[in-house]
Amino acid sequence: MIKLIFYLFAGILIFAGTRVITVKNPVHAAMFLVLSFFSSAAIWLLLEAEFLAMTLVLVYVGAVMVLFLFVVMMLDINLTVLREGFARYFPVGALVGSLILIEMLLLVGPNYFGLDKFQVPDTASTVPNTVALGRVLYTEYLYAFEIAAVILLVAMVAAIALTMRSKRQNKYQDPARQVEVSAHDRLKVLKMPAEKAQ
Amino acid sequence: MLALSDFLIVGAVLFCLSIAGIFLNRKNIIILLMCIELMLLAVNMNFIAFSHFSGDIAGQVFVFFILTVAAAEAAIGLAILVVLFRNKHTINVEDINSMKG
Amino acid sequence: MESIALIIVLAPLAGAILAGLFSVSRKVAHRITITGVGLSFILSLVVFKQVVLDGLLPFADGTAKEVTLYTWLSSGNSIFEIGFLIDSLTAIMMVTVTFVSWMVHIYTIGYMADDEHNWSGPGGAGKNSYQRFFSYISLFTFSMLMLVMANNFLQLFFGWEAVGLVSYLLIGFWFQRETAVYANLKAFLVNRVGDFGFLLGIAAVLMYFNSLNYADVFANANNLAGISIQVFPGVEWSLMTVICILLFIGAMGKSAQFPLHVWLPDSMEGPTPISALIHAATMVTAGIFMVARMSPLYELSTTALSFVLVIGAITALFMGFLGLVQNDIKRVVAYSTLSQLGYMTVALGASAYNAAIFHLMTHAFFKALLFLGAGSVIIAMHHEQDMRKMGGLKKYLPITYWTALIGSLALIGFPGFSGFFSKDAIIEAVHFAYEADRPGAMFAYYSVVIGVFITALYSFRMFFLTFHGQERMDEHTRSHLHEPPKVVTLPLILLAIPSVLVGVIALQALLYGNFFGDAIYIAKEHQVFTDYHGILGFVLHGLMQPPVYLAAAGVFTAYMLYMKWTDIPARIQHRFSMLHRILMDKYGFDRFNDWFFAGGARQTGNLFSSIGDKTIIDGFFVNGSAHLVNRISGILRQLQTGLLYQYAFAMIIGLLLLLGWFVHF
Repeated sequence: MIKLIFYLFAGILIFAGTRVITVKNPVHAAMFLVLSFFSSAAIWLLLEAEFLAMTLVLVYVGAVMVLFLFVVMMLDINLTVLREGFARYFPVGALVGSLILIEMLLLVGPNYFGLDKFQVPDTASTVPNTVALGRVLYTEYLYAFEIAAVILLVAMVAAIALTMRSKRQNKYQDPARQVEVSAHDRLKVLKMPAEKAQ
Repeated sequence: MLALSDFLIVGAVLFCLSIAGIFLNRKNIIILLMCIELMLLAVNMNFIAFSHFSGDIAGQVFVFFILTVAAAEAAIGLAILVVLFRNKHTINVEDINSMKG
Repeated sequence: MESIALIIVLAPLAGAILAGLFSVSRKVAHRITITGVGLSFILSLVVFKQVVLDGLLPFADGTAKEVTLYTWLSSGNSIFEIGFLIDSLTAIMMVTVTFVSWMVHIYTIGYMADDEHNWSGPGGAGKNSYQRFFSYISLFTFSMLMLVMANNFLQLFFGWEAVGLVSYLLIGFWFQRETAVYANLKAFLVNRVGDFGFLLGIAAVLMYFNSLNYADVFANANNLAGISIQVFPGVEWSLMTVICILLFIGAMGKSAQFPLHVWLPDSMEGPTPISALIHAATMVTAGIFMVARMSPLYELSTTALSFVLVIGAITALFMGFLGLVQNDIKRVVAYSTLSQLGYMTVALGASAYNAAIFHLMTHAFFKALLFLGAGSVIIAMHHEQDMRKMGGLKKYLPITYWTALIGSLALIGFPGFSGFFSKDAIIEAVHFAYEADRPGAMFAYYSVVIGVFITALYSFRMFFLTFHGQERMDEHTRSHLHEPPKVVTLPLILLAIPSVLVGVIALQALLYGNFFGDAIYIAKEHQVFTDYHGILGFVLHGLMQPPVYLAAAGVFTAYMLYMKWTDIPARIQHRFSMLHRILMDKYGFDRFNDWFFAGGARQTGNLFSSIGDKTIIDGFFVNGSAHLVNRISGILRQLQTGLLYQYAFAMIIGLLLLLGWFVHF
């Protein structure tokens, strides 16, 4: 039964992946990418990584892919130009891809990672996956976790700073210009004749 | 029963698909970014599979961080893409060659 | 006592800093510096009394004659320290230096009074030249005291270089004058030549004695006397000879001995007070002092002593000749200084270190007096230095006249004056060396004896030309002639007193007594002054010797030539025009140095510049490497297409190959 589910989702995953790289329309590609995320989330559930499966769906599908779709739809792209030479590169891509695949299969195939080498672990784990992950994340990996949070903040700031297009109506300081200022540009010393005391 | 190698093979196939995708869609930078996401997914698959089969939660922690960084990367990458398009009116990689030596 | 020694050294330094770095008024500047040096002088007297008269040891509650104040650095076995060594030799130098310096400080008030007005041009020596001058001479006093009070070679070298530096600054004090800049550069460079030898000597000491402390070095000197080292391949010299000659080369630079004497006459470009202070009384005697201090080393090498003797004799005689033809009043005194330094060096070479120090002291007084007298004349003449435009100044400048007379008499060795005793002692010592048949002593003996005649001749030539005879100045100058102010004449009078008396007072103690104790070491067979017959005996003995009559003959000749038959000098000059030209040319040393060393250095420099610098370094290394990088990068930049997918392609191919390698193994 589990095998069946695995092969089903693995098949969908590989099909979706293939479509991602072959469809003409980037919107379709994005949708296929969503599909592949969903199916790999299902596979992760088989691997008892429930929290990450949910995260993948929520964060990736819900946020990142939506962002992709936004961008794809927002930009007015001439697809014909981008599709040029697809057929020409196909043999090379297929050759290189399959070469690497063969090499990888040699490495990760059952010879090294088969059942006789790696036993299926005892599935009856006492704590839920989310609890187990939280325990190490907030203890052992606390600093890394905090740094990851900062990275996200920085990424957000960077993305906003890069794309912000408002006219510079807001008041701000330009230190370079402040330093360059010289007194006689701004300050005018007037000589006023003192009033004569009568 | 499912073996570790099954999951690894799925990851490898996914990885090779994304590599082939980089070759095929060499002009469309959006698809390139998607291929990179796919690649990360393949890597994550490996991590989780190993984590499960060796009973060590650390692999999942790594996936967690990879997801974080990937999200940040996607956000910034797309922001750059938007700015690029705004300035050059193209996302064709061949047109972006101002770094030519 | 440590604190007293420190105050002696630091008071002039404090004065120099306050006067030089803070913009104080002129009055404050000279008050501060004079107070500082005066304090040094009085405390030096205290030290002198304790060390010499009471015979106490100065440091560590009267148990040591030296003290280490501060360890500068220790590297391996070498320890570099700052410390003081005060014995009778140091004490006498301290008193002499601080006294002369004090007098010069006071005198400077008068001499530099109108300096600001002379040099108010654009970029001029400046508004603060007065303060600057006081700062320099105080700094000089500090340096000289560091030099004489040092207890190790390093501090000696510090003082040595510091006086050189201040001398450089002072010679070039009027730096708008091109000649002054030339002169100070020359002084500095010539001194560098000497310092090079000096430094090598110190390095040799450090290498073989493993210590720079005087006490350690002298204690081990005897053990190392037998060592000989290879100077050049195939030439072996005794270690002591090498060290002594190297150190003496330093002394030749600083004390202006032949052939490194060339800087001293030119240094007269500086203001007169510094000629008195530095180039007569103190700095130039540093070399003499140093050799006397190193007497335990020099006594071990008769070769070095003979070298010293011959160099001194050459300087004493031939520099005296040059004094005969000079017309600049200061230059005459300068050449006389050279000649007298030669005398001191001769005394050193004859192992009569005490006579050398004796002459150093008396010379400091009477030569400072002569210089300051010359300066007084120069002030009165409105900075005119040519003797041909003077004459008959006696009635205008009575105090200067009488003090200059005293100075001149002391210089020529008139019986009873200080110079008589010291110079006679030197001649006696050389005579002793001559009889002991030491190499070079015969030449030295005749040189110094003839030198006496020459000394008298040029001294009184200057004296007569300046103070007697026709008044050759112009009308304007004559109408303004008057005795300079008290600050100028007071030091003259104060210096005249020791010029007369110090010989009588110090004769017995310095030469025959045990004054120097173990500060100066003279080997038994070299000791000259053994039996003492009293002052009168010494004078009577001196009167029976040729020098006195030679001096008298010199004075007489000068009187005849420059007072009676004043047309004769010109005729002699005409008759021996060749000789005169050589003398005016100063034996051609300057010309030779300019041509050979300066010109040669320029030529070599040009050669290195064109071949080494422009061709090899610039052309080959600098530009060549840049060209090479340029060319290679021109090829490599073809790889840099700027196309993202090509980079990705390269990465993936790399991945493929790595994987293949991984699979294969």
